[in-house]
Amino acid sequence: MNELLLLILEKAGFAVILFSAIMGLASYATLAERRIASWMQDRIGPNRAGPWGLLQPAADGIKFFLKEEMIPANVHKIFYIIAPGIAAIPPILLTAAIPWGNKIILFGREISLQMIDVNAGLLFVFAFASIGIYGVMLGGWASNNKFSLMGSLRASSQVISYELAQGTAVVGVLLLAGTLSLREIVEQQDTFAKWYIWRQPIGFFIFFVASLAECARMPFDLPESENELVGGYHTEYSSMKFGLFQVSEYIHMIVASSLMATLYLGGWQVPFMTVSAQPTLFESLLGVGAIVTKTLLFIFVFMWLRWTLPRFRYDQLMRLGWKVLLEGAFIWVIITAILVLAWPFYTTWF
Amino acid sequence: MAIEVIKNKWKMSLGERLYITPIWAGMRVTLRHLFMKKSTIPYPEQKVEVSPRWRGRHVLKRNELGQERCVGCQMCELACPADAIYIEAAEVPAEKRHEHPTERYAKVYDIDMLRCIFCGMCEEACPEAAIFLTPYYEFVDDTREKLIYNKEMLTEKTGGPIWYKE
Repeated sequence: MNELLLLILEKAGFAVILFSAIMGLASYATLAERRIASWMQDRIGPNRAGPWGLLQPAADGIKFFLKEEMIPANVHKIFYIIAPGIAAIPPILLTAAIPWGNKIILFGREISLQMIDVNAGLLFVFAFASIGIYGVMLGGWASNNKFSLMGSLRASSQVISYELAQGTAVVGVLLLAGTLSLREIVEQQDTFAKWYIWRQPIGFFIFFVASLAECARMPFDLPESENELVGGYHTEYSSMKFGLFQVSEYIHMIVASSLMATLYLGGWQVPFMTVSAQPTLFESLLGVGAIVTKTLLFIFVFMWLRWTLPRFRYDQLMRLGWKVLLEGAFIWVIITAILVLAWPFYTTWF
Repeated sequence: MAIEVIKNKWKMSLGERLYITPIWAGMRVTLRHLFMKKSTIPYPEQKVEVSPRWRGRHVLKRNELGQERCVGCQMCELACPADAIYIEAAEVPAEKRHEHPTERYAKVYDIDMLRCIFCGMCEEACPEAAIFLTPYYEFVDDTREKLIYNKEMLTEKTGGPIWYKE
């Protein structure tokens, strides 16, 4: 009984910390995006709120809450109101399945730094990632605006076509790892050479491009292509509802980045450091630092790409998804399967 | 006349068709710009140095004796393409005779800074070398009325040589 109570306390504490960390990271990602955008355009960027503009996310948050909350006439009220929530909740839930570190030993208790170790972790991740798109779909449809509808149609068809490529590309990792549990996938990449990116370069590339499309990041941000669709699915949204859509986009980015770090870059494994069975506090925190660094690296690459590339046209996007990435992923899975069967060194690898 | 059909004039290499080399080239450019010196400046703390020939806020000059140069001839008002200048001329009162070179002076001299297009035509039209444009460029206020500058605001406080432009 006492044990159960402690477990609940421990999980609740971790949940609070994780939630606030993710929300903080997402809000600072908006600041980072604006700063990186301005630096790449030879501007200085937001630096007024607080030292170096560090209070900018707080200022934005206050602004979102103080803005007039407008619900246009003729919208489908219920769906219009719940859509931002549906968009924001699944990515937040997804962070629970990501292993944010090795176990940590505090007060003589082993605390796992993963909220839930689902044995079919990857399936859980993919399932929840595709629920998030319902928020966008509903939001665009319920707005009763043709531009929003176009945006949400694009969002849903884009996400569905890129999820296929993503899911197929990840099969390569599964063939090597032989498990769906994210914790075990990380544990298998215990040395630098065993990171799956070295054995799955093309799989990683396809997964990365598909993740860009799934987060609706720049070369594929068709759902809110402001040139032709005003604001896409969130045209009719104002104040905190719009803010929730924005935050969900950034959380989605964090989840996609940390998932890539987990699958291909060894998650919380620090390069050239062996994992001890009873990690000290320092070692555990170093692991957390490692996965956060890898995640931030991917987020930076996402932003870097955003401010470099122009947007794809819609038919180009579909052609790339269905004719290039999906087939590339299938071919790569077949190659991996052959390598696993015919080349014993490929599975053991150093 | 035979029509010549040019095929594949811009045939792309495999690397170009895979988008990878062009994307990498673009990413190199943006990465370089990330660390480059920024073109913008944090404005109120830092200001751009403008050319001495910059046409900004007007000044009404005084002559070497400290008298107002303006004689209220209204040439600038006529020359102004934006109708920004309003002048009411009057005869100088006897007790103020020492403040003016002639008997005529501008009783009211208003420039609407919101109308002014800073073309410098007033400067060129002035036969007395009384009005000049200075490099001062910060006109900010909260009402339109405050941006109509009157004679007191425009006239310089002490006399001196004419400020010629380079």
